[in-house]
Amino acid sequence: MNTALSWIKAYVPQLECTDQEYCDAMTLSGTKVEGFERRDKNLEKIVVGQILSIERHPDADKLIVCQVDIGGETIQIVTGAPNVKVGDKVPVVLDGGKVAGGHDGGPLPEEGIKIKAGKLRGVPSNGMMCSIEELGSDRNMYPEAPEEGIYLFERSPEAGSPEETAHEKPAPTENPTENLAQTAVQTAAQTAAQGQQEPVQVGADAVELLGLHDTVFEYEITSNRVDCYSVLGVAREAAATFRKPFVPPVVKETGNGEDVHDYISVEVHDPDLCPRYCARVCKNIKIGPSPKWMQRRLAASGIRPINNLVDITNYVMEEYGQPMHAFDLDTIAGHKIIVRRAKDGDEFQTLDGQMRKLDSEVLMICDAEKEVAIGGIMGGENSKITDKVQTVLFEAAIFNGPNIRKSAKRIGLRTDSSGKFEKGLEPHNALDAINRACQLIEELGCGEVVGGVVDVAQPMTEVAAGGKTGRKLLPFQPEKYNNLLGTDIPEADMLEMFARLEIEAVKEADGSTWLVIPYFRQDLNCDADMAEEVARFYGYDKIPTTLPSGEATAGKLSYKLRIEQKARDIAEYCGFSQGMSYSFESPRVFDKLLIPEGDELRRTVTISNPLGEDFSIMRTISLNGMLTSLSTNYNRRNKNVRLYELGNIYLPKALPLTELPQERMQLTLGFYGEGDFFTMKGVVEEFFTSTGMKKRPTYDPHAGKPFLHPGRQALIQYDGCTVGYLGEVHPQVLDNYEIGVKAYVAVLDMPNVVPFTTFDRKYEGIAKYPAVTRDISMVVPKAVLAGDIEQLIAQRGGKLLESCQLFDIYEGAQIMEGYKSMAYSITLRAKDRTLEDNDVNAVMKKILNGLEQMGIVLRQ
Amino acid sequence: MKEKLEQIKEKALSQIQDCDSAEKLNEIKVSILGKKGELTDLLKGMRDVAPQERPKVGQMVNEARAEIEKVLEESKARIEKAVREARMKTEIIDVTLPASKTELGHRHPNTIALEEVERIFVGMGYEVVEGPEVEKDYYNFEALNIPADHPAKDEQDTFYVASAVGDILLRTQTSGVQVHEMEKGKLPIRMIAPGRVFRSDEVDATHSPSFHQVEGLVIDKHITFADLKGTLAEFARALFGEETKVKFRPHHFPFTEPSAEMDVTCFKCGGKGCRFCKGSGWIEILGCGMVHPYVLEMSSIDPEEYTGFAFGMGLERIALLKYEIDDMRLLYENDIRFLRQF
Repeated sequence: MNTALSWIKAYVPQLECTDQEYCDAMTLSGTKVEGFERRDKNLEKIVVGQILSIERHPDADKLIVCQVDIGGETIQIVTGAPNVKVGDKVPVVLDGGKVAGGHDGGPLPEEGIKIKAGKLRGVPSNGMMCSIEELGSDRNMYPEAPEEGIYLFERSPEAGSPEETAHEKPAPTENPTENLAQTAVQTAAQTAAQGQQEPVQVGADAVELLGLHDTVFEYEITSNRVDCYSVLGVAREAAATFRKPFVPPVVKETGNGEDVHDYISVEVHDPDLCPRYCARVCKNIKIGPSPKWMQRRLAASGIRPINNLVDITNYVMEEYGQPMHAFDLDTIAGHKIIVRRAKDGDEFQTLDGQMRKLDSEVLMICDAEKEVAIGGIMGGENSKITDKVQTVLFEAAIFNGPNIRKSAKRIGLRTDSSGKFEKGLEPHNALDAINRACQLIEELGCGEVVGGVVDVAQPMTEVAAGGKTGRKLLPFQPEKYNNLLGTDIPEADMLEMFARLEIEAVKEADGSTWLVIPYFRQDLNCDADMAEEVARFYGYDKIPTTLPSGEATAGKLSYKLRIEQKARDIAEYCGFSQGMSYSFESPRVFDKLLIPEGDELRRTVTISNPLGEDFSIMRTISLNGMLTSLSTNYNRRNKNVRLYELGNIYLPKALPLTELPQERMQLTLGFYGEGDFFTMKGVVEEFFTSTGMKKRPTYDPHAGKPFLHPGRQALIQYDGCTVGYLGEVHPQVLDNYEIGVKAYVAVLDMPNVVPFTTFDRKYEGIAKYPAVTRDISMVVPKAVLAGDIEQLIAQRGGKLLESCQLFDIYEGAQIMEGYKSMAYSITLRAKDRTLEDNDVNAVMKKILNGLEQMGIVLRQ
Repeated sequence: MKEKLEQIKEKALSQIQDCDSAEKLNEIKVSILGKKGELTDLLKGMRDVAPQERPKVGQMVNEARAEIEKVLEESKARIEKAVREARMKTEIIDVTLPASKTELGHRHPNTIALEEVERIFVGMGYEVVEGPEVEKDYYNFEALNIPADHPAKDEQDTFYVASAVGDILLRTQTSGVQVHEMEKGKLPIRMIAPGRVFRSDEVDATHSPSFHQVEGLVIDKHITFADLKGTLAEFARALFGEETKVKFRPHHFPFTEPSAEMDVTCFKCGGKGCRFCKGSGWIEILGCGMVHPYVLEMSSIDPEEYTGFAFGMGLERIALLKYEIDDMRLLYENDIRFLRQF
């Protein structure tokens, strides 16, 4: 929300502070200021000048030379502006002054534009007459400014009819608001309420006259403070913050002797969506421009002034936070308003000319025959105000916030009005707002207000229709507030703060004190809420800083997190850097990974409202992220890339989901460049060793992973449990990911790994007795795996086996077809004695016998 | 005999002194002390010495032998030293040649920031816990006092998951872990819960549909807003430096009351105001507040007996600020040239 400080000060007249002080104090009391900007930034030495004479420039057809009275002094200014005439009063920036922008209305330069005396085509010019764009604004906000040329404070009386003086006539447009804007300007001179009766003084501060000595503050209002989405709400906070009186407008229920009920009746058929509907009527409407002060305030809030009627509704919407709608009463059939839901499939033309599709959850405002507005969102083409309007029906209603939000979204039409309603407005405000609007209609001479209000309000827990009785009460609990805050604030101070917030304290006969919560504070419901009010105005900064007392607790990471930390350490020791990828991905990933149709992995948790197909399923396999990252690196020509990721996969237990999916943490490693399959295997085993997994992992080459090279993949098994897999990425998959070199991956399924890990270590005595090493060299059928041989050696070697190390493997010329040559170094050692030859021979014999049974021949 | 001994000794000492190589020294040693050495030979002549003279002569020979051996040792050391020094003169390397490194991997900046945060809170006695990323509506919203019609529940903010049992979603905040911890019924609670969260934001320089938060929760008897302030001020100093100051501004969260946002003094300019902090001198770091009594009640904790505070911060925000990373997308691209910088 953007609001000029001058508007806030209208209700807090004693407020005096710098912009920065205001910003800081409001932010610290809970009305956060996002930023502020002075509207006179870069406007320096700009006064009202009156043109005394105009001569043609001797050397330029398009330039004229003006003598300009700037108040007790006459200066010469050369200009190319087409619209100035002798006698006009215009803004003049003097030598050494500054303007905010160029005449073309482009983006404003940060430092503004310096204006210096100089010569234009040889003729001295000692200043510049300014357009509204040069003053940093535009015609949207200053509709009286001419379309092209210099802003005119006053046209010289001899200069012609108002039509000519205002500006070149805009092209006719079908947009109704444009028509109204045009009307506004044309009738400007006749409207008494315009506030330009006073002649503009030559030499006066032009920036002041334009209302630009002001600062616009942007607020971030929290969703609980619906009351602060209004100028009055913020002003009330400002008054409480600065301890100054709050002076809201005094609203009288104006009106002539007639009764509004003779003009209009209202029926609400769906009170759940419309708890209150207030209607009033104004007749003999005279459309014209609104007064300058109203235009300036609206412009500062970013709302374009249109005409008195539109401006008043917008002004009250800002002031009270209550959107209103104006209908042309002559278009309302039967002079009857019916509030009801639309029917599925209905269509309706809104006043912007668009056809809108409706459904049975959209609330419509209807007359006796037809729909005339989408409640709280936008009025209809068929009932909109035109410049021919005679009688206006004002509506100030309360609509159900969530319904408005959802309807606006479904229809695809979010308006200022729906934006306010969706926050959930307070019903009392509606009546105040409609009365305020009627009061302004009368005060500004915009029309005649018909007496009385049609008010259809549902009985509400805290609100009696039309009145302010039955307010919410909360007990005054000063001790609780202090206990929650850790403060020692005296009761009297608290009550004083509450009083500033219009929270009244009532003392009961039994000594208890109750707080009467004002109707606009829907957010105050319990002691904690009241403690926050105390804290805000006591000052969060004054609350002491302490550390929690009480029982000491031991800080720690869960065991799972400790293992993950270890995994990161090991991966990094091995040269792998940590990547992170998204948990959701595209279902096309399975095709890229060659995962067959019907595979379990294709059963995914699916997002109903994804950002797009590429983010539509929760991953069931962690490889896509890894391969995508490797591909990114490969295509950026990064060499030797090693990455790891620790992230969840999401496996549904049943589809459609009947319970939360399993989230399984995966340690995924991937690399290309230096290294091969066995490098990756080494990393995996390093991790096992470092996490206390002392048994030998085994590897099953029949892993059946379609995305890996069929001859270079393995399941990683530990103690009979499959804990992961590793392998070289399938060449087709490499192609699919545009990786031009071999790449290797390993995935460890952490929920399966973690139970085998331990941080417990037990010392085993360092061997005292010597080891005996025997080398064996053998010819092995190709199909026999090293793992099988090692398993056999381990099994037969028993307790005496210390290690067995493959030191040579060879296939080729000297070895017969279908065989390979392998050589192992077998080390035996006893813990309690020096081994003797017959010990060693016995073990070796067991091993060799076993090997022979595997079809292995010992080489001599 | 005595003269002969003197003679051998003199000769040996002078030969040893002049010797300049280990081999020659050994030859000298053998020629004197060896089996056929001169001194050994001399000893063989002992049988010609009168028996009563023998001990005296023997002693003389032993003394001579000891002296020669001592000088031999000294010379050996001298020669070895000279040889080593000569060798080292030929072993000079160019120390400015490139190092041969074992390249270590690098942690992700998010993780570095997280481990910093964990270290600080673990030190203050907090347990690090986790909760599910795919979550029930109840934990993400309802139990946190976020009503059914709250705009945050809109599909434009929250990812929902197709399910047969109603509202399952990708958690939008780690705050749900608070509820899981409270439901365990073990008090007091001091926990932080880091984790991945999801919001329906298109990817750009400052948004990501998936990012990380760290949630904190303390529940005990007599916990106050002052404790919240003290704890988080301590945290900010530990994370950003001893000079760091904090500022608490009132704010609104449905699950805390009173609520606040915490700013820290800009760690680039120290609070003077710079481009980094948009001139304000302050940087917004986290949201916090006293646990709302409704939230306590919903998790069966008596708000009359127990109070608590909670806080939550975006991990990426801290990583981006601390390491001056100007585009959030870098965190999920995994370009090794980016990761190597951490």
